[in-house]
Amino acid sequence: MNEGFDWNAAGDALPLLLQGFKVTLLATVLGTLVAAVLGLAIAVAGRAPTRFVTVPVKMVMEFIRSTPLLVQLVGAAALFTSVEPLTIGIVVLGIHYATYTSEVYRAGIDGVPKGQWEACRALSMTPRRTWQAVILPQAVRNVLPALGNYAISMFKETPFLAVITVQEMVFEARKYGGDHFAYTEVFTLAGLVFLVASYPTSLLMRKLEKRLGH
Amino acid sequence: MSDFFSAFAGDLPRLSSGLWVTLQATVLGALLALLLSFVLGLMSISRLLVSRGVSRVVVEFFRGTSLYVQLFWLYYAMPPLTGYELTPLLCGVIAFGLNYGAYGAEVVRGAINSVPRAQYEAAVALNMTPLHRMRKVILPQAWVQMIPSLTNLLIQLLKCTPLLWLISAADLMTAIEKLRSRTGETLTAYVTLLACYFVLAYALTLLMNMLERSAKRRLGLASGGKSLLRSRSAVTAPAAGGAR
Repeated sequence: MNEGFDWNAAGDALPLLLQGFKVTLLATVLGTLVAAVLGLAIAVAGRAPTRFVTVPVKMVMEFIRSTPLLVQLVGAAALFTSVEPLTIGIVVLGIHYATYTSEVYRAGIDGVPKGQWEACRALSMTPRRTWQAVILPQAVRNVLPALGNYAISMFKETPFLAVITVQEMVFEARKYGGDHFAYTEVFTLAGLVFLVASYPTSLLMRKLEKRLGH
Repeated sequence: MSDFFSAFAGDLPRLSSGLWVTLQATVLGALLALLLSFVLGLMSISRLLVSRGVSRVVVEFFRGTSLYVQLFWLYYAMPPLTGYELTPLLCGVIAFGLNYGAYGAEVVRGAINSVPRAQYEAAVALNMTPLHRMRKVILPQAWVQMIPSLTNLLIQLLKCTPLLWLISAADLMTAIEKLRSRTGETLTAYVTLLACYFVLAYALTLLMNMLERSAKRRLGLASGGKSLLRSRSAVTAPAAGGAR
């Protein structure tokens, strides 16, 4: 058993980790996009006038939100063996987070003053145009900081993708660690990379929230 | 399908011991997280710069490095570095506790800051000591504010426990994984597993709703029995990279 921190191994592993980090970023960005679009769709569907739509939507969301992402990932990967792991990872991450972002959108839509809806009716706008031109532009601006927060949390959960053999940073770390018996070095480095990447974003989000007066 | 459920019935002892490991990790992790949330949260509103600084650094550190990495660091990286080896369950409890404690600290800080300023002033005017003021005036009001966010964190923590499978603790996921590979019933196995976690999550939510109701009662805020069945809301994320 090697004692202490082996700097050579750390220097050796860093390029590999950074290469994996690109996949981590890619999964985060695409996953966030899926979550942002799907969440909006769920939020709009949740305001449908009939309960035949709203109640099932709410139940499915509650189920997805209350069950572990890891199980959903592993289950999806075991069922759809022909699909590429990265695609499964992005879709599952996106769906999981859409159940959260939809609540954010819902709050944002509820935050648009009632007078705006009434004005649209008075101008006899179609529902589609009301959403497009009046409600969504105001709602989306209010929810941006909260969406940013979910993007950061998603970033920190991308290591889950390693379990379904997506070659992101932690996957590379485990592989290198196993091959060279250098778990200490690679996991310390991986943690530092996460810290370096997420701390400035978290500072930026805080600034943005203060500016928007939350 | 029937294959799976007969195997399920035959495997009940192992499944229930898996459930026990999952529950232990959740409850012990949550207790550690709660303790840390209060310690770090109270430190972050202290007047001393040192205590605020220490709390800030610890919170940012444990929120900034991913839980997954923390858990693996404790399990794989710590033994060669320090010579101490923790059991998988203990690794889980410590990692979950530290990570969610850091998120919880922000919840505690936010809730205490949201107690109206006049309450502090009234307590000062009544010549209460700082400890008395905190215990009798501020915390009971802040506690009611905290519970919904803490419930969310608790469910998050429960949802992280399948990670124990990866560090070979015999938790619920491990037990059902074994069943799955023996019977080959992939879909049934994972749906069963998801259903188990859903039931656990809902039970914990009910418990927390009961806690919230009794905390509200103590402040003279009655809420009807129907509030107990309410599900969690997802939009309690506190500022800046906060918990979901």
